[in-house]
Amino acid sequence: MRVSEASKRFDDHQVLKGVSFALAAGEAMALMGPSGCGKTTVLRLVLRLVDIEDGEVHLFGRNVAEADEEELIELRRRIGVVFQGGALFDSMSVGDNVAFPLYYCLGVKDRKAVSERVEEILTAVGLEGAERLLPAELSGGMRKRVAIARALVYRPQLLLLDEPSTGLDPITARLIDELVLKLKETFNVGVLMVTHDIVSALGVSDKISLMDEGRIVWAGTPLEWHESQDPNVLRFASGLRAVRRGERIEP
Amino acid sequence: MSNSDEKLSFISAIGRGIIAFLEVLGCYVVFAYRALSGLWRHTWSLRDLVEQLEKVGVGSVIMVSITSAFTGMVMAVQTLDQFLRFGAGDYIGGVIALSLIREMSPVLTGLVVAGRVGASMAAEIGTMRVTEQLDALKAFGLNDEVFVGAPRIVSSMIMLPVLTIYSFVVGIGGGYLYVVAHGVHQSTFRRSIEVLVDPYDVYGGLLKALVFGLIIATVACSEGFRAGNGAKGVGEATTRAVVWGDMLILTFNYFLSTFLFGGGG
Repeated sequence: MRVSEASKRFDDHQVLKGVSFALAAGEAMALMGPSGCGKTTVLRLVLRLVDIEDGEVHLFGRNVAEADEEELIELRRRIGVVFQGGALFDSMSVGDNVAFPLYYCLGVKDRKAVSERVEEILTAVGLEGAERLLPAELSGGMRKRVAIARALVYRPQLLLLDEPSTGLDPITARLIDELVLKLKETFNVGVLMVTHDIVSALGVSDKISLMDEGRIVWAGTPLEWHESQDPNVLRFASGLRAVRRGERIEP
Repeated sequence: MSNSDEKLSFISAIGRGIIAFLEVLGCYVVFAYRALSGLWRHTWSLRDLVEQLEKVGVGSVIMVSITSAFTGMVMAVQTLDQFLRFGAGDYIGGVIALSLIREMSPVLTGLVVAGRVGASMAAEIGTMRVTEQLDALKAFGLNDEVFVGAPRIVSSMIMLPVLTIYSFVVGIGGGYLYVVAHGVHQSTFRRSIEVLVDPYDVYGGLLKALVFGLIIATVACSEGFRAGNGAKGVGEATTRAVVWGDMLILTFNYFLSTFLFGGGG
């Protein structure tokens, strides 16, 4: 994936101001930044859920903006997406949610094969036996895990995660991180994770980009992040550091 | 503000209203075209279609039954005395049947379904929109308007005529009970229906029901897709679905009645 000088405006608000980054196959990248800095808009541009205003997004060598309807469908079917709230289909059971892409994206007809695949992927995310539950009966962490299972069930080449640990307690958040890491290694998928959770970003990704006010203001590896004296990095990380020292965070 | 300025601002307000009205109608037409034209090109769920048939049809039976039975009875109450006074008691069954199949059954069924099912569709799709479920469908490479909209529109277009026939039968039953209880012989009632009601009246009523089915589901789905954020946005979309659905049913009923049963024909 390659995003070059991507810009996007909603009404009078310039959300993205020339964002550029690249992600190689099997690589994991965290796009970090404060709420409202445009992280989720980047994901939506990649999927062409919103149209790009300026710049380019290339997926698997294809310019997303120039793809016709059929090409766009093909591109999207190579990507697994985990939306912020999970976006599970309320009226379907967990099993049906996870089986959904197999039936409707891949057109698999063999119910037994689908059932086995669903069981396998639910076991991989630690939710064996949850097939019959409805999304309303799940905790936040379980919903995220079902969403990850649904995104991975048809073996995409790229996984997009929108705030996978938001709204979860720290223990569950780390379980989700471990799960993403394990699945990335098992299935060798590329991962683009949008988050403001520094622990998640450092734990899961091979590289980090920090966004602020619609721009990427810093990019590097997790190790470089630790050692960075960049004021943007320090400012973003200072809240976490102060909490670790038990200090009061100044507004 | 001078008198001419007031007149101008009044006229411009009317103009803005008309433009807004046409914009909304345009949205509905475009939505219906996209959803239905994509039926052959895009994936949709047969299971969803069956579920929608059940929701629109079976789910509306009780309300349609009550509405139709009492409407049939009220029509009998209102017309029986007058008809007997003018010696036209022999025609009472036919007149009730004609009113029901041409007007009351399609319109009442449409209004009942718009209130019950249209609101439910708009709320469901609006919630899907604000919880990113529609985006998830797109992310899976599906056309969300076809996947969500087409089964609802098709089921509504199938079930409205079915419910209209059912409403007609129940309404006739209600009228029959009242009329026969007030001294009109049952064979007279039945014969007058046979004499006055033409198959064309039935086809006309069913055509109206088909159009109302298209209107109800198109308006409801389109409003769901246009829902604003949060519970407020979903609530507003639901209200718009019912209001616009009812308004369009009544407006189209006038034009269809004029076209199908108008005096010039």
